[in-house]
Amino acid sequence: MAERKLRIMVAKPGLDGHDRGAKIIARAFRDAGFEVIYTGLHQTPEQIVAAAIQEDVDCVALSILSGAHNTLLPRVCELIREKQADDIIIFGGGVIPDDDIPGLKAAGLKEIFTPGTSTEDIVKWVRDNVKPRA
Amino acid sequence: MALAEKILTGDIRSAARLMRDIDDGFRSAVDELKILYPHTGKAFIIGITGPPGAGKSTLVDQITAAYRRRGKTVGIVAIDPTSPFTGGAILGDRIRMNRHADDPGVFIRSLATRGHLGGLSRSTGDVVNVLDAMGMDVVIVETVGVGQDEIDIVSMAHTTTVVMVPGLGDDIQAIKAGILEIGDVFVVNKADRADADRTVRELATMLEMNPDRGKGWQPKVLKTEASRNRGIEELVDEFESHRVYLHESGAIHHLLEEKNAKQFLEILRERLFSDVFSHIEVNGRFREIVAGMMTREKDPYSAVEEIVAERLRFDL
Repeated sequence: MAERKLRIMVAKPGLDGHDRGAKIIARAFRDAGFEVIYTGLHQTPEQIVAAAIQEDVDCVALSILSGAHNTLLPRVCELIREKQADDIIIFGGGVIPDDDIPGLKAAGLKEIFTPGTSTEDIVKWVRDNVKPRA
Repeated sequence: MALAEKILTGDIRSAARLMRDIDDGFRSAVDELKILYPHTGKAFIIGITGPPGAGKSTLVDQITAAYRRRGKTVGIVAIDPTSPFTGGAILGDRIRMNRHADDPGVFIRSLATRGHLGGLSRSTGDVVNVLDAMGMDVVIVETVGVGQDEIDIVSMAHTTTVVMVPGLGDDIQAIKAGILEIGDVFVVNKADRADADRTVRELATMLEMNPDRGKGWQPKVLKTEASRNRGIEELVDEFESHRVYLHESGAIHHLLEEKNAKQFLEILRERLFSDVFSHIEVNGRFREIVAGMMTREKDPYSAVEEIVAERLRFDL
């Protein structure tokens, strides 16, 4: 009767105080049948990575609207590699200029979603790209 | 090296992975738990229960901070509900406590109920055992928000804490059976609210009417304001008093006997059920029986007797 259930963390790194988007995404993941761990606002990259490891999640969705994405998002990827936990997939979304996306992907983010993306598209992306680890 | 051995050397990822295997019902987790079991039984297990929105997660956050100041390591298991429709869940207890995430002396695990009633997930006891084997001094179990009758926590924790808030109902609620009978410690949180003293009085009156009043442990009603860190040191002192009481009075012996018996019976029940069920599911008997019940040719009582007699070779 063993069955892997997808576990996903939704986290907000840094200092911006807007989590409507993060909550809507969390709700969409719940409705897709995933177990969603929501960390709340104002998380440091260190807290996010430690929580992702303790919760044994398959992926982490980072929501960021503050403009500090080029600093905070690569830092999460760096720490997760340091902890040898880079089998956990990291992706992000928020107000992120197109020009910044290639750099973020090179830093280790598997995908970046920008404003206007539907929750259906994000859920579909997760289903296609994230499998619960064996 | 197996997960259990790595866990005993302090490997966090292995601990997290074993908790996942336990939660997902992997048979391999049982073998790991066998290795860990001799290393358990050392942690002080505190249960926190109460209605949704009472402030349980905020209290757990502050209790954790207080124990860390006292030099103790803390494991936390926090449970939130699974959607009965999609199987998904939002586990939000970390929102109140994630400041402890990168403290190596704290390990937090969120669990979903996955359809289990009683206020805990089916996996909670085993996840507590992993934290215990990791060497956590204190393990705090926060139940899902409960109403009146979800009392599994009593057989899990050494000290059960019932958290109430002002304004949830009159004194009739306080004399009903259920969760108000199970507290070793009662907390009225959000004690800055106007009617907090009335809630404290009602709970105290209920406790005074207890037929065992004057014998054994006497539960107290404490006031806290978790979001302002008020009343927390007194609460942790009360946990420690209860722990001392359990050992000095010998009550711990009876408590552990009940806890162990219950744990064994639960594992036995799960194992028997899953073995028998997977057998009749694979060989098609399960579908046959359900189909037979549709036409009333088969009654479920005889079907169960036949299967139990066959699979377990008992005479009923």
